[in-house]
Amino acid sequence: MANPGGGAVCNGNLHNHEKQSNGSQSGNCRRNGMTKEAQQNGKPHFYKPIVETFEEAPLYVMVFTYLGYALGTLFGHFRDFLRKWGIEKCNAAVEREEQKDFVPLYLDFENFFKRNIYMRIRDNWNRPICSAPGPRFDVMERVSDDYNWTFRFTGRIIKDVINMGSYNFLGSAGRYDESMRTVKDVLEAYGTGVASTRQEMGTLDKHKELEDLVAKFLNVEAAMVFGMGFATNSMNIPALVGKGCLILSDELNHTSLVLGARLSGATIRIFKHNNIENLEKLLREAVIYGQPRTHRAWKKILILVEGIYSMEGSIVHLPQIVALKNKYKAYLYIDEAHSIGAVGATGRGVVEFFGMDPRDVDVLMGTFTKSFGSSGGYIAGRKDLVDYLRVNSHSSVYATSMSPPISEQIIRSIKVLMGMDGTTQGLQRVQQLAKNTRYFRQRLREMGFIVYGNEESPVVPLLLYMPGKVAAFARHLLQRKIGVVVVGFPATPLAEARARFCVSAAHTREDLDTVLEALDELGDLLQLKYSRHRKSPRPELYNETSCELDD
Amino acid sequence: MRKEEKEELIEEWQPEPLVPPISKDHPALNYNIVSGPPSHNIVVNGKECINFASFNFLGLLDNPRLKAAALASLKKYGVGTCGPRGFYGTFDVHLDLEDRLAKFMKTEEAIIYSYGFATIASAIPAYSKRGDIVFVDKAACFAIQKGLQASRSDIKLFKHNDMADLERLLKEQEIEDQKNPRKARVTRRFIVAEGLYMNTGAICPLPELVKLKYKYKARIFLEESLSFGVLGEHGRGVTEHYGINIDDIDLISANMENSLASVGGFCCGRSFVIDHQRLSGQGYCFSASLPPLLAAAAIEALNIMEENPGIFAVLKEKCEQIHKALQGISGLKVVGKSFSPAFHLQLEKSTGSRERDVKLLQEIVSQCMNRSIALTQARYLEKEEKCLPPPSIRVVVTVEQTEEELEKAASTIKEVAQAILL
Repeated sequence: MANPGGGAVCNGNLHNHEKQSNGSQSGNCRRNGMTKEAQQNGKPHFYKPIVETFEEAPLYVMVFTYLGYALGTLFGHFRDFLRKWGIEKCNAAVEREEQKDFVPLYLDFENFFKRNIYMRIRDNWNRPICSAPGPRFDVMERVSDDYNWTFRFTGRIIKDVINMGSYNFLGSAGRYDESMRTVKDVLEAYGTGVASTRQEMGTLDKHKELEDLVAKFLNVEAAMVFGMGFATNSMNIPALVGKGCLILSDELNHTSLVLGARLSGATIRIFKHNNIENLEKLLREAVIYGQPRTHRAWKKILILVEGIYSMEGSIVHLPQIVALKNKYKAYLYIDEAHSIGAVGATGRGVVEFFGMDPRDVDVLMGTFTKSFGSSGGYIAGRKDLVDYLRVNSHSSVYATSMSPPISEQIIRSIKVLMGMDGTTQGLQRVQQLAKNTRYFRQRLREMGFIVYGNEESPVVPLLLYMPGKVAAFARHLLQRKIGVVVVGFPATPLAEARARFCVSAAHTREDLDTVLEALDELGDLLQLKYSRHRKSPRPELYNETSCELDD
Repeated sequence: MRKEEKEELIEEWQPEPLVPPISKDHPALNYNIVSGPPSHNIVVNGKECINFASFNFLGLLDNPRLKAAALASLKKYGVGTCGPRGFYGTFDVHLDLEDRLAKFMKTEEAIIYSYGFATIASAIPAYSKRGDIVFVDKAACFAIQKGLQASRSDIKLFKHNDMADLERLLKEQEIEDQKNPRKARVTRRFIVAEGLYMNTGAICPLPELVKLKYKYKARIFLEESLSFGVLGEHGRGVTEHYGINIDDIDLISANMENSLASVGGFCCGRSFVIDHQRLSGQGYCFSASLPPLLAAAAIEALNIMEENPGIFAVLKEKCEQIHKALQGISGLKVVGKSFSPAFHLQLEKSTGSRERDVKLLQEIVSQCMNRSIALTQARYLEKEEKCLPPPSIRVVVTVEQTEEELEKAASTIKEVAQAILL
């Protein structure tokens, strides 16, 4: 796969000189019945058609889901009653005798859901593993003797479980091998800790190297790295906006973005998920009517969106949002935690995915946990933005900087991704991920499951709805040696519990087929195939070539 | 408004630039760049110096055992964990580390975070919500301030280390309670203090705090980043220093970035308190877990702390030594307890403007750097701090510094200060 799709790879940037397969140099090209405009000088200006679905479940499913929760609540009240009167033994930890007359630390009803519904199925989360989180890992077996109140480890290890839960998009995570030699060297030379902040004595030459490389990778002027992805949002948004500014935040934004917005002190308004009309309406109102009560103009307007939303699998409608932002002179902040490395022809995120210029986005933020097999976050953009953050970010003044071997791992991964190590391995992984994603999603749709999100997003949510099925799904799959992540309330709406698969470039076709087979059987057993758009159930008719990348 | 008027408004509106311009020679823009490991002999901006600026109290940053443990972990697990704790991000190393920390501190349970700042900033809002009351010291560090801001509770500041002021506030609150007993019954109260204060080097009067706790029924959250691995016979912190039963403190939070030479933080206490953070601590649930090699390094550091409890006495001696040696410099005063390994040197008399003070201190720091003593100014975000401390030079003592080096540092600072301030 040295020359995929007719493009040439130079320095990790994909230059598509001739996109047309019929050889004409300009004008439109027709392929598969779709007309696309030709590229001029390597700058694509067509807008990718966005294919995403959020199918609604049939009514009986919603009825049964709510019924299930109602039953659980009823039993919960009954059991609370029994525990209060001492008929049933209470296994939860209790307050100290000496502090019994203090105001209670937790309100009973705040913990109701945790005590009575979460506790029954909590063996599906926090599963400890004891190997690297590669495409297959080892899960430690644990059992509970008292209905999930406490766990004990049997000592046995479930080996070679297929990992569909960890964020390992490009397969960068894994056991040590010779390619990680530089990480070992840096660890031996520098040690693990830094023990100082960026502004005091904590800026190492490794950090400078990393920041220059990140800026080069993203094709922007400058970048700054931080030790934790979550903290990158919660500590830098308050540095950018403050009182008198307006934040327009997507409905489904991650907790770190919400926390950063709240800590900044700015006014926050929420727009419906990916809904451009709603966003435009809010923008118009903001510019025309100004601040509430005083009607003074807003100082700045910042739009907070994510590249890929982790619970929905949807991709942000970037071109339309950039058009809006330019029209109303707002600023755009994108959190590419799940999309950097995972989408785009060379893995440079949603900006490349839509063929746009990184200068269209004011603040590019991302994390290194998912595609680079490390930890930490970055913010990139124009030089004056990054300089401002170097002086005013909470993290550069008060928080310890990134550990040296962690930085080296990111440097190594980016070099591989950009092709700077002399191989095309990085590009191959990006393309393998895209292939795996399309294959997996297409097969799931064919089987009749309801799958949310954009066709090209490697985060695949499969809807389960009912709380009982959530538990059964995860447990059955673990028995078949497949590790999946299931999510319910409060991370998702109450009635939309789901299983979330993370496709990885390291998964082979056989791995995916094993998983799909198990899902097929389990889907019939648990009656999960709710979709009303069933395609042909015969996999032999599946067309291999339609999985190739669109150019 | 008519449509044309609206369009006009949209045309005319000009927002502020996203970031205001920063002048090229802003003091905080030009970082000190360290080439190589930030250990005892540090190379700053190309010059070899002795490190008096990194919080490497027990000298473990360069320890070969830690590096070996981290290497073993790297070989087995790779670098990243690729997920939060709830979704296959829990490794046996994390469970091990939590176990060891709980045993070391003699509490029931411990929970680890992947970032030191996020530890206390996530712990406080997990318990204290809107409507609850928190009594916090004026000199509390920025992470605590952010945690309090995120919690949206009522904040009541008391003067630094002034127990009388705290008691006054608690009494006032009691009177308020009697006016509205129903509300008082559901309003939680917390006292947040630090073991050794980062901003002033003082120690909190823990026995009095515990007395106030039981008298006024408020829970205590203690932040022990600087005192963990420093105070106490075995390094267990300020509770061991004073001989207080650890169960009297509801939550102890510390970061592993100082004494344990790793990255991240932990909270420890009774299971009743700590377990709640596993579902409500934002920095725990919504963030990737600590890379296993850093957890393995922390475990090895704990091993070293348990094997030689003598280092804490050595560190204390060195602190006292340099504290005494730095007394009597004209123009600079030492701020901090004699056994605090991280203390401040402030100007005895301010020039009147903070900017000039900062410039003066920066001169002293640069001169010391030229003479191979690496120091740094304590950095703050001037517009964001609630009670901004005066500008100062931060001096950090570690067990690796020999007596000669301590003497040399003290005399260098004396000479430079005399030259510049007089």
